[in-house]
Amino acid sequence: MSIATARTAGNDTTILSRSGSRPKRHYGTHIFLVAMAVMWLVPLGWALFTALRPVASTNEHGYFSVAGDFNFDNFVQAWTQGGFATYFWNSVIITVPAVLLTLFLASLMAFAVSRVNWKFNITLLIMFTAGNLLPPQVLAAPLFEMAKHLEVPYSFSDSGNLLNTYIVVIAIHVAFQMGFCTFVLSNYMKALSPDLTEAALVDGAGIWRQYREIIMPLCRPAFAALGTLEVIFIYNDYFWPLLFIQSGNRLPITTAINNLQGQFLSNYNLLAAGAVITVIPTLVIYLLLQRQFVAGLTLGSSKG
Amino acid sequence: MSSTAQELIPPEAREPARPRAIKGGRVRRLSGRDKLVLSLMVGIPTLIELALVWLPTLMSVGLSFTRWNGLDLADIRPAGAENYQFISQDYPPFWPAVQHNMLWLLFLALIATPLGLLLAVLLDQNIRGSKIYQSIFFAPVMLSLALIGIIWQLFYQRDNGLLNFLLGTAGTPNAVDWFGDSSVNIWAALIAATWRHAGYVMLLYLAGLKGVDPSLKEAAAIDGANAVQTFFRVVFPAMRPINIVIVVITIIESLRAFDVVYVINRGTNGLEMLSALVIQNLVGEGQVIGVGSALAVVLLVISLVPIVFYLSRTFGKENQS
Repeated sequence: MSIATARTAGNDTTILSRSGSRPKRHYGTHIFLVAMAVMWLVPLGWALFTALRPVASTNEHGYFSVAGDFNFDNFVQAWTQGGFATYFWNSVIITVPAVLLTLFLASLMAFAVSRVNWKFNITLLIMFTAGNLLPPQVLAAPLFEMAKHLEVPYSFSDSGNLLNTYIVVIAIHVAFQMGFCTFVLSNYMKALSPDLTEAALVDGAGIWRQYREIIMPLCRPAFAALGTLEVIFIYNDYFWPLLFIQSGNRLPITTAINNLQGQFLSNYNLLAAGAVITVIPTLVIYLLLQRQFVAGLTLGSSKG
Repeated sequence: MSSTAQELIPPEAREPARPRAIKGGRVRRLSGRDKLVLSLMVGIPTLIELALVWLPTLMSVGLSFTRWNGLDLADIRPAGAENYQFISQDYPPFWPAVQHNMLWLLFLALIATPLGLLLAVLLDQNIRGSKIYQSIFFAPVMLSLALIGIIWQLFYQRDNGLLNFLLGTAGTPNAVDWFGDSSVNIWAALIAATWRHAGYVMLLYLAGLKGVDPSLKEAAAIDGANAVQTFFRVVFPAMRPINIVIVVITIIESLRAFDVVYVINRGTNGLEMLSALVIQNLVGEGQVIGVGSALAVVLLVISLVPIVFYLSRTFGKENQS
């Protein structure tokens, strides 16, 4: 657990590989990497290429040609015809509260198990971590039946139960993602010096003030990384809305793309445009917050 | 141990390296108010976790020994081990699903994961354009598996798909419907899954490789080890914590495999997977909750193996110290 090593490793490897006996130009490596990169880009490129060509062009010249027009008509048509505005809004309604609640609750739990000595800390942490590793399908049947048999007023839900509501999807996202976030945040908080809260304790600061005023501000980098990661995770989730939400117009975008296949029938140009539209939010987050996202993914895999 | 957590923390706030024993020796007096705050901090998340994750898991086990159509709670009838007998003997998709889950695991473990490791090792060298390559290989990790199913569907189609065109079979009777033909579609789906998994593994190993102490490599080089020997005898074992995470992720991903096959054809016709069968029995007509739950329990029991392995590795040390 040496901090010094971790910080200097990057520079040292650079020096090492330069001074090594290996020839400087790795032609074989480059050929392999270029080949792999092409294989990686072809499916994405093909979707984009198809999306940019109007159906008329592909009908006239076939899918495998560059003849004809290139324009954004498919995107416009997919957007209006496919109801993307609704689906995107649904994704926002689910993702934003779910991520905020997950991070808040996980930070409470992580603070308690990492900054206060208690004999059940490890047990609780194991329970949270294990919960996140279960395949979601294992809990699907009881959760579905619980939502179905829990009656709520019709003013709250038009189905008379919790099926088809955003609440149930948000709640299960929070419960499921909380395990992972608690694990990561507790490792992060354990790596913070105990002197920080000791000093506050001497000053007579209670637990809540220690959490709120000392630990939380120091956790900002971890929240940024986890928040980015969780937005992507929850936005990309396909399963929970599929299970709980029956009305097509309440589905978030990731689950709704399934219906586009039927909706656009055999118009692959529209389907491709729909797929590309769905990628855009993740792409924007990726380009803006790539470092946070990568930090979030690797945070989960290394113990501090 | 490489720790990204440490790197993110500002230096003045890091825990100084010193014996842990001191920490336990301190007496902490908690006021009544502190106790209340703490019990809420622990209590609320724990209650949510228990009610929405662990209680349903136990209920799955319970329901797997019953017969129920999911309509009226009063109709739940005990059924003993009938459901298990049914899925193992009279339920045709069960064994293909088990085979496909195994195949999924083997493919990810033997092809996708080593490919990700290879990419990480190549890109960890001081190679030109390393960042660009990394971004390309990592891009699919950003996409949902459902979307990956759609994107590959466009690529794999029988008449208008790029693959059949590249193979010269598009529009001929030899054209293959890669996602529709039950003899090949599992492989086509595995390629699509690899596309995403390899990038993920690459990313984790890139972080792992940065954390390996370079003096280890120098020492191996002085001892006359070549690059391959250095990697397999020194660098790879030094990445043990990451290796464990990768093993667990690979196993769990193969058990969770659901989105891709469900988007393609709801997990039928050559793409049967345990997770998809659970859902088919749950949401389709004539709901058979008992059978679905029995399948869920099979999935649960298999997943407990990697989960217990991971937890014992991760938390075992802390209990000892």
